[in-house]
Amino acid sequence: MKKKFDVTKHQLVPKHLKVSEKEKAELLKRYNITVKELPKILVDDSAIEHLEVKVDDVVKIIRQSPTAGEVLFYRCVTNG
Amino acid sequence: MATTKEEKAEKLIERSEKVLKEEKKTERIEDPEIYVTRQVKSIVFGMFSPKMIKKMASAKIVTPELYDKEGYPVDGGLMDTRLGVIDPGLRCRTCGSKLKECIGHFGYIELARPIIHVKFVNIVLTLLRSICRDCSRILIPKNKLADLKRDLDEVERKEGVEARRKVVKEVISNLKNICPHCKAKQQKITLEKPTTFLENDKRLSPIEIRARLEKIPDEDCEIFGIRSEVARPEWMVLTILAIPPVTMRPSITLESGERSEDDLTHKLGDIVRINQRLFENISAGAPEIIIEDLWDLLQYHVTTFFDNSIAQLPVARHRSGQPLKTLTERIKSKEGRIRHNLAGKRTNFCARTVISPDPKIKLNEVGVPLIVAMNLTVPERVNEWNMQHLKQFVERGPTKYPGANYIIRPDGKKKKITEETKEAALEELQPGFIVERHLMDGDVAVFNRQPSLHRMSMMCHYVKVLPGKTLRLNPAVCHPYNADFDGDEMNLHIPQTEEARAEAEILMVVQTQLISPRYGLSVIGCIQDAISGNFLLTRDLSMPREEALDILFSVGVEDASKLPRKQHVDGKEVFSVVLPDDFNFSGHSRLCKGGQCNEKTHVVIKDGKLISGVMDKANLGEESGLMLRNIHKQYGADATLEILEKIFQLGTAVLFKHGFTVGIADTDLPTNAQEKIAEVLNKAEQDVQDLIMQFRAGTLELLPGRTVEESLELRILEVLNKARNRAGNLVEEYSDKKTHTIVMALSGARGNYLNLAQMAATVGQQALRGRRIEKGYQGRTLSCFKKGDLSPDAHGFIRSGFKKGLSPQEFFFGSITGRDSLMDTAFRTPKSGYLYRRLANAMQDLKVEYDLTVRDATKKIIQFRYGEDGIDVSRSQGGKLNVGEIINNMKE
Repeated sequence: MKKKFDVTKHQLVPKHLKVSEKEKAELLKRYNITVKELPKILVDDSAIEHLEVKVDDVVKIIRQSPTAGEVLFYRCVTNG
Repeated sequence: MATTKEEKAEKLIERSEKVLKEEKKTERIEDPEIYVTRQVKSIVFGMFSPKMIKKMASAKIVTPELYDKEGYPVDGGLMDTRLGVIDPGLRCRTCGSKLKECIGHFGYIELARPIIHVKFVNIVLTLLRSICRDCSRILIPKNKLADLKRDLDEVERKEGVEARRKVVKEVISNLKNICPHCKAKQQKITLEKPTTFLENDKRLSPIEIRARLEKIPDEDCEIFGIRSEVARPEWMVLTILAIPPVTMRPSITLESGERSEDDLTHKLGDIVRINQRLFENISAGAPEIIIEDLWDLLQYHVTTFFDNSIAQLPVARHRSGQPLKTLTERIKSKEGRIRHNLAGKRTNFCARTVISPDPKIKLNEVGVPLIVAMNLTVPERVNEWNMQHLKQFVERGPTKYPGANYIIRPDGKKKKITEETKEAALEELQPGFIVERHLMDGDVAVFNRQPSLHRMSMMCHYVKVLPGKTLRLNPAVCHPYNADFDGDEMNLHIPQTEEARAEAEILMVVQTQLISPRYGLSVIGCIQDAISGNFLLTRDLSMPREEALDILFSVGVEDASKLPRKQHVDGKEVFSVVLPDDFNFSGHSRLCKGGQCNEKTHVVIKDGKLISGVMDKANLGEESGLMLRNIHKQYGADATLEILEKIFQLGTAVLFKHGFTVGIADTDLPTNAQEKIAEVLNKAEQDVQDLIMQFRAGTLELLPGRTVEESLELRILEVLNKARNRAGNLVEEYSDKKTHTIVMALSGARGNYLNLAQMAATVGQQALRGRRIEKGYQGRTLSCFKKGDLSPDAHGFIRSGFKKGLSPQEFFFGSITGRDSLMDTAFRTPKSGYLYRRLANAMQDLKVEYDLTVRDATKKIIQFRYGEDGIDVSRSQGGKLNVGEIINNMKE
């Protein structure tokens, strides 16, 4: 089989992590929102392929920010 | 069955009419001054049924004639007086009111044969494809129907109408081709654009289509997302056409007395004429082909009546060949009703002319020409206390400034004041009247320059009436408006109510806009002469005390007690007078290049005294340095504006006293410097020759990933650019720092060392798309060079400086790059403008919420923290927070 290019190893791709149910509930409570209000990410996005997430899971993204160092971002998994 | 539906729809509309009438009754009781506001509970979108059209119509149109011999509108013609009136003197036969009072009434025509409505062809197509050709039921088995309906409702409840539509689309695309209800085999239905339907390549007549749509049961409509009470499918095939009232298609009377009809009237005339002919032919029993042809023609006319820009149809034109502007074109695109008339607003009480600078007016003032001030007015309500005062304005009338142009009686009647009516107006005037008096000094105005990309593109200024014919602004506020005086025009608006004036003053006055929300620094600063002047003053000027006082008083400083009591004062001491007493500051000036600060260059202000350093663009200019930012933080917007104004005036005043002029001699260099520059250039040319030799010999050192030719080009470019920079450095080193040209470059007021080097030494390599110039003839740029010549001067290297003058070839190369950059900007400006429009429209409803998240109008999160650091840039210092200072302030 042809070896696939692993995007997660690329320097421009920030770290993606799966968020636990507990943490997800906390997040939703903190911002007083439902998953609908969260930014979205497609289930088949190559950056989260290895996480084995399903629709309505939340993904945590750790980004490097030019203004604030390290920044957390959350996205809700959808199928489009 | 359809009729019962129509009745239902009528009832619905009747009911709403009743409600409307009731509301009108209640409205009448209320004071007309009080605005009645109501919340819209719901809006229903639907289609007009033929019955509805007939019911709301006040005339049936039967003849394409417009006027009779006397010029009166023909009964049953398109300009029938029952459809409203557009001529003065005539009365509407429907409502009995006169021109402008009557809003117009619809008419109708009965079409001889049904016509497909172009705007609904796509819906008709999907409907035809998903219903049975025999029984008109939807091609879904009975037992599944209920399930589907439930599913759809569920989806709509959960995710909205958008999601429901998606599901419906999916269902439609998966239909079978045998009817589950009557087992009839379905045929393939295609659309031959724009309005012809084919079933297995056989034409379906609109009559047949309408018959099929009529048979669709209401329950099936619901699955398609059609509410049959307001939109039966068969209404998409017209049997009756509504004629818009004449008031929305008025004719114009030309100077010659001829009438010119509106495009819509022309189109309707065509429709009525063909329709009549079709009727006659049908009743005369004409052959089918003739009828078909007429029918198609009618279809074409009706189609172009709705939309005259359909790709497959020839556009309907005037006799002159210019295309007709029909219903869709009236609404659509930039010139359409929405973007032009509704979103684009035109106002009264505004002025627009060319702008010019006036450094003597205040930063938040705008110079208004007298003639403009005598046309723009401010309404003032008369009461017993200001009556005498306002009477004086009325007395002076419209021709003597400051006078008044109109008085408005309490009943709202507006009266123009003229020499004749002056006496009567004066007599009449009493409390409760409004006097529209001329614009005067100190009135509030909103000043604007397009493109308004900023909130700083529209600021509030105070009026200052001046002679002349241009709008005047202080050159320091050019930057936020992005204005210059090469012919720019600007707009001025005069707010007409107390509320509007208060809002403008509080929210938009110039000093409130000082700190940019984009980068947190002052957008207004000193420019040009003001920078040069302060630079000279703080660098090397000193003067007798009397002279210093002269300058300071001319600037408007009244308290000069800060000036040291000695015979001879230093420029820095003069500058310090305009600073607040307890101001402390430390910062770099432009002269502290590359961190090499010293006593002379580093700006230190202690207790409001400039101790060391020079004032230049780094601290006085817009968008740079923290001095203005810190003054703003410490003393507030109003004080900052005042200080800035004083500094600005001081700069120009110093130049008035000291004198400031430039000449070509400013760029003269000592002979040894000239020799050194020549040496540098010769060396560079020699180096290039060497490179070319190496290239020819094949010994040229290659750059990674480049071919031999590319390597050579890059190396040559590098050598030549280095030579120009070195020449620039030499100019910097040897130029006389006292000359005013250099002063301007040093202080940052205008120009830089590169410009100087281009004048004094060499213009340098001309680059076209990042490379040397290669265009022109085969193998050479100009015919005066040998083919294959790679030398600098054959490829756009301009060795001469502007002062010495350019050789013909050099001048030509300069023109090439000049033209290229001109074209480039000409193409780029509209592109970036459109890009900006798209961005602004996409982001206009984003908002920072109280929890610091950025959300859109539906409260969806865009950013979890504004800017990721949560900093309000307009309260920061250049986008950063000075934590050390905050801690120090807390300690105190």
